[in-house]
Amino acid sequence: MTRTGFTRLTAAAAVMPAANVDTDVIMPKQFLKGIDRAGLANGVFHDLRFDAEGRPDPAFLLHRPGLEDCRILVVGPNFGCGSSREHAVWGLLQYGIRAIVGTGFAGIFSDNAANNGLLLVSLDAEAHGRLASRLAVRHTPMTIDLEAQRIIVDAFTLPFEIDPRRRRAIMLGLDRIGETLAHAEAIRAFEADYRAASPWLVRPAGA
Amino acid sequence: MPSARTLYDKIIDLHRVMPLNDIQGPGEQLLLYVDRTVLNEYTSPQAFSGLREAGRTVWRPEAALGVVDHVNSTAPDRTTTAPDEDAQRQIDYFARNGRDFGIRIYDVLHPRQGIEHVVLPELGWVMPGLVIAAGDSHTTTYGAFGSVGFGIGTSDIEHLLATQTLPYTRLESMRVTIDGPLAPGVTAKDMIMAVIRSIGAAGAHGHALELAGGAVRSLDVEGRMTICNMAVECGARVALIEPDAAIADYLAGRPEAPSEALLDRAWQSWSALRSDDGARFAREVHLDARDIAPMVTWGTSPDQALPIDGTIPDPASLPATERRDAERALAYMGLTPGTALETVRIDRAFIGSCTNARLSDLRAAAQILDGRTIAPGVRAMISPGSSTVRREAEAEGLDAVFRASGFEWRQSGCSMCLAMNDDVLAPGERCASSTNRNFEGRQGTGGRTHLMSPAMVAAAAVAGHLVDVRRMSERSPA
Repeated sequence: MTRTGFTRLTAAAAVMPAANVDTDVIMPKQFLKGIDRAGLANGVFHDLRFDAEGRPDPAFLLHRPGLEDCRILVVGPNFGCGSSREHAVWGLLQYGIRAIVGTGFAGIFSDNAANNGLLLVSLDAEAHGRLASRLAVRHTPMTIDLEAQRIIVDAFTLPFEIDPRRRRAIMLGLDRIGETLAHAEAIRAFEADYRAASPWLVRPAGA
Repeated sequence: MPSARTLYDKIIDLHRVMPLNDIQGPGEQLLLYVDRTVLNEYTSPQAFSGLREAGRTVWRPEAALGVVDHVNSTAPDRTTTAPDEDAQRQIDYFARNGRDFGIRIYDVLHPRQGIEHVVLPELGWVMPGLVIAAGDSHTTTYGAFGSVGFGIGTSDIEHLLATQTLPYTRLESMRVTIDGPLAPGVTAKDMIMAVIRSIGAAGAHGHALELAGGAVRSLDVEGRMTICNMAVECGARVALIEPDAAIADYLAGRPEAPSEALLDRAWQSWSALRSDDGARFAREVHLDARDIAPMVTWGTSPDQALPIDGTIPDPASLPATERRDAERALAYMGLTPGTALETVRIDRAFIGSCTNARLSDLRAAAQILDGRTIAPGVRAMISPGSSTVRREAEAEGLDAVFRASGFEWRQSGCSMCLAMNDDVLAPGERCASSTNRNFEGRQGTGGRTHLMSPAMVAAAAVAGHLVDVRRMSERSPA
């Protein structure tokens, strides 16, 4: 899928410090029944955002004044753990979240984010703590400059590291499958040698 | 290439089509050849739609197998009617994708239908030294065979189907060694729960986790699958156990395993599939199997677990970083600090899932349930891991034991492990469960899950509360 990228994002940021926020919580099971990617904005944190009658809970973080147009989450460790459901990333993007800042993201969630242009920034615990406490004071807008690899809040700036391939993909919105298929000849050549050396991979006749 | 390599690095080296950066070792980016995948009806539809929209084909259709497992009904009498219209649409689209792209699909009525990670090994599709990526986090299961198995999202399913490869970043390796004999009544489930408790829900984050030591080697292949399956709950992206003679025995005679002659030839290569002496592990952890007791979770993260003879922890006594999460978990679970775990009453009992619903798991549960009945007011269900497991259990008469005890003997599917079908906890209901995740809402909005081994679930169902299974296995039933 070809996407459009971004290099600089300025928006309100919400601080969600809990550890191990899993993809069941980010996108509950009742939103996994589609065969397309649509309609998932309402599912994001659904069971925390809405009560049993479907009324929004005004106390939920993202419903608080100043965070209506939140585009950035600052989260606790191991965000996105659990199920592989990419619906969690699709839903976050559809809700409007474009970037998440944490200390470490679960592996599958991280790959899903990269495949969809959702920027994940990992900071060390000390820098993350300073950022979170600064944002907790008031919902001041935060800027993520992907070009300069810096987070800016008021006069406070923090550098961050990011994998160059992922950074380029977020900025340019690349077609990853198309990139791999450019190597189709190399894949074919590898496959021929590999399968010749591993004859047990041939499925038995009739199976 | 370093001279002493880990098992993980050897398998990745065998599957490297080409490098994608200049780094050697962890952090190396490469194009990784994937041997096989298994597809399900809920994470694959958008991948097939993506292929259709781009006009792409599937690179090697015979390298994929599709199994309906997540949304189907597990009602005791098999029905093709899905629990709801949306589930039916996913099942129908799955069948159509199989037809249009030449991929074999096991639908609900297929005699080998079951949970994907139970079905693939049963067929003989999982062998040492493979790379298997699939759209489900519990793909780590295949590490039990000495294969690199890892979960991927839908975009990467599409990538894999179109190219038979994935852009991949080589992981650091980590090793957990569990030595010493396992105490009676302690299972593979308790071992992996003890590991998760010990290192935390992110303890193996970003690592390929090798599990080694005498206690791991002593497990049968199904127990090894339980361990590798649940390793994802401590953040491991890959779990691995060195393949040995137990794997050879397991593969022999499987319907789609290679012929004996080819297997003999394969073992000449597979015997090299072990971590070399001196191979570098970023982190090593040692546990003594004798210290492991039957485990249960008390919170909403798999690392919030304790031996069954423990008491609900007081968040105030926990490190500051864990306190708020523990307070929140106890509020959700409706539990009070200081309560003995064995006094916590349950409403539901569930034996199922890709973690613990294979034949050996059902035998262990039946051993507890034989001659006993479940406590009044408890609803108990068993959903076998596959239709094959169901038939094998019936051939041994296990179904009669379950029915006589008061358990519902259901059809196969993911069922109440993640409650995508109509097997759901009501808000506030408390369930003893042989599954893998105790997340908030996992088994139903407001549902409360306690993870444990299948025998511990059976024991809890009989007692009506969490209980140490060793009390029941010590003496014959009354």
